[in-house]
Amino acid sequence: MQTHTYPRLRAVLLRVAQAIPVVIGVVIISFLLTRALPGDPAVFFAGAAADEASIAEIRVALGLDKPLIQQFFIYVGDLLQGDLGQSISSGQPVASDLANRLPASLELTLTALVLSCGIAIPLGILAATRPGSWVDHLCRVLVTAGVSLPTFFTGIVLIYVFYYLLGIAPSPIGRLDFIYLDPDRVTGFYLIDAALMGDWETWIGAAKQLVLPAITLALFTLAPIARMTRAAMLTALSSDFIRTARAAGLSNRKILYGYAFRNALLPVITTLGMVFSFALGANVLVEKVFAWPGIGSYAVEALVVSDYAAVQGFVLAMALLFVALNLAIDLLYTVIDPRIGFAAK
Amino acid sequence: MLSVQDLAVSFKTRRGDVAAVRGISFDLAKGEILGVVGESGSGKSVTSYALMRILDAGGAITAGDITYSGLDLRRAAERDMRDIRGREISMIFQNPRAALNPIRKVGHQIEDVLRQHGRATRYDARAQAISALEAVRINDAEARYDAYPFELSGGMCQRIVCAIALACDPRLLIADEPTTGLDITTQKAVMDLMRDLIRAREMSSILITHDLGLAAQYCDRIVVMKDGVIVEQGDPVQIFAQPQHAYTRKLVDATPRAGESIRSLLPPEDRRDLVDHMVQDAPLLDVRNLVKTYQGKSGPVHAVRDISFVIKQGQSVGLVGESGCGKSTTSEILVRLMDATDGEILFDGDDIAAIPAKGFAKNPRRSDIQMVFQDATDSLNPRHTARHTIGEPLRQLGKLKGPALTARIEELATLVGLPLPLLDRFPHQLSGGQKARVGIARAIALEPRFLILDEPTAALDVSIQAVVLNLLVDLRAKLGMSYLFVSHDLHVVRLLCDHVIVMKDGQIIEQGPASVVMNNPQDAYTKALLAAAPKPPARRQSA
Repeated sequence: MQTHTYPRLRAVLLRVAQAIPVVIGVVIISFLLTRALPGDPAVFFAGAAADEASIAEIRVALGLDKPLIQQFFIYVGDLLQGDLGQSISSGQPVASDLANRLPASLELTLTALVLSCGIAIPLGILAATRPGSWVDHLCRVLVTAGVSLPTFFTGIVLIYVFYYLLGIAPSPIGRLDFIYLDPDRVTGFYLIDAALMGDWETWIGAAKQLVLPAITLALFTLAPIARMTRAAMLTALSSDFIRTARAAGLSNRKILYGYAFRNALLPVITTLGMVFSFALGANVLVEKVFAWPGIGSYAVEALVVSDYAAVQGFVLAMALLFVALNLAIDLLYTVIDPRIGFAAK
Repeated sequence: MLSVQDLAVSFKTRRGDVAAVRGISFDLAKGEILGVVGESGSGKSVTSYALMRILDAGGAITAGDITYSGLDLRRAAERDMRDIRGREISMIFQNPRAALNPIRKVGHQIEDVLRQHGRATRYDARAQAISALEAVRINDAEARYDAYPFELSGGMCQRIVCAIALACDPRLLIADEPTTGLDITTQKAVMDLMRDLIRAREMSSILITHDLGLAAQYCDRIVVMKDGVIVEQGDPVQIFAQPQHAYTRKLVDATPRAGESIRSLLPPEDRRDLVDHMVQDAPLLDVRNLVKTYQGKSGPVHAVRDISFVIKQGQSVGLVGESGCGKSTTSEILVRLMDATDGEILFDGDDIAAIPAKGFAKNPRRSDIQMVFQDATDSLNPRHTARHTIGEPLRQLGKLKGPALTARIEELATLVGLPLPLLDRFPHQLSGGQKARVGIARAIALEPRFLILDEPTAALDVSIQAVVLNLLVDLRAKLGMSYLFVSHDLHVVRLLCDHVIVMKDGQIIEQGPASVVMNNPQDAYTKALLAAAPKPPARRQSA
């Protein structure tokens, strides 16, 4: 390990450097795209009773009267100081809006992913070791059902069954019922913050709220992960080195986990990265159904009212998140597969 | 020690059960090395997997008994088999690089086996693994312990596989084509090492190979298999001198060796008279100071360093050398798929090195220089029929269409001995030899004057190799082509070529008439190559 530290560090730095042009591109494109959207925010915010003069006044106040290029430089200048602008609809700085809502989305998505990996990966492995068995068929049914049911539908069905009919689940009204107080903000993740405070009552309350939306999203993300795990395991299990391991008398456990699964991990992690990205996007529907105060619903609301700053902030935050995610996945690759670290040199 | 009685193995497939092994019996004595020889599909590998009970899914032993030191291996519990595998019986596989876990340090892979069988504890595993590496004569075993398979050469990987197999001192070693894909000198080193270890540890061994010559050199006894049955078994010298079964005779004949003619590879009834090909003094191809340098990850790689040679009209030149010597690079440059860094290639007096490889397809010289590729399967488009494949150059460069195209395709198929009904088949519906014929027909479609053959028979069984080599010889005489025959098999080169070039590290170290280079090599490396080639015992007197 020690001997590889230096090239690995270089590979990491190189990888980070490669992300910079991506971020610059995202800044430019998000700026231009929001400007290309139909609708005039000045008209919108002036209200129904506004006349030409008040609209022009608001336009000047928003800085929209300046040429596009100048608006861009003002935007970039603010950005460099960490100022994402002011959301016109919420009246708050975009940065603080995002800081409030991003953890909500992440908490939901990550919980869902952990849940779906916990089911999908063992399922995929079992299906691969017993092709044609009932586990394999179950895997296939779950995968098909998972991709064919839209999240808003599963969400509503889950609410209907568990909240309305059975009454087990709490009402779908966001992250925490009114009877609890929000935990002190440390990370923005309610589960973590509540645990840090030692307030287990709130923790359970937050967890209860989280269960249904997380299951909804998990069902949706289950399919690609299970399918990829199964395929990758099948490939790995039919490789020559598995035969060597069997001929050497290694135990099934060792062969399955030590040899086959570690080799199958690469494609699984690639899929996981992709699933994470589209789960963040698919969040919007789940957030709407469960009144989850996440970043997806925030972006949709901002988009509807042509709230430039908020939309730009959202796109930028997502882009940075994806860049960070891809970086993390690339680094995971080098940890799992020694061959890749050398290729990156 | 090991006794196999009427063993039968079959595989479940979509088209019903397929019998891979159909009732074979043999015994293996303590300390004996048994060679199991056969061509692809003979069931030799399946036999070995059945012994270890590691058949692929769908395969099962359907009849017979396997007794190892009084133990019934066919009926032993899977638990007991796991203890036997690696400790009592272990196995070495072909393609060593793929046989090792690519993302685990080789030292750890050896430790896995040692600890599985209770030969090492967490504390002394490392030391034991290193001594296992030393046992297979790996230099600097301490450092190699931390290596991953991709950092090691093929020969080194095979030593690691040996180390894994021998780590727990098994009493029976099964080697399944252990040297396929290795260079000839590496093959010798690995085989010598295996033989020495087997003898030193008084183990028994089964060597499974398609190479009768190799088996004869290293085995005490040989079993010849065909289509899942044993057709003959006996002493190697005896098998070569007096093969009893017709199939063994064919196999013995097809094994190339010194002092034979190319026709003698064929069964006696197929040996027609050889038509001499004409070699003219005028050079067809004059390669001068050819250089190719790549930009590698760690500095420039000198693949070809300043080589010069001449191929005369009608001459067949053999290019031999081990992997990495630059022979493939050279042939790719000559066929104009790759640009040289420096140097001239005079074809009929014109410098074709000056024409960029990218635009060479439009050059009128394109049809003069053609190539037959190494892997007959991979070099055919799986979605094109044989007819389509052979017609491709005729349509593209020959501008033929309609009845003229059909007539020419059928003429070519007849020329290479491909039955016309097979023309409408896809590659997966053709056998290896038939695919090789399609590749050759495509290469000669435009009547090239110069044909580059890049190991055209490397993936073929010996009996099919014999037929394909003879076809090439006939075509040469008929069409007056010059050949550059790239190969690692010195015996084959000796049979086919007039002139031999030996390459090493991108340089030509020796060249001259085939008879001179092969019988009286000057360079130490050429001598080593010749010495490493397996030497089958003398064959029976030709009937």
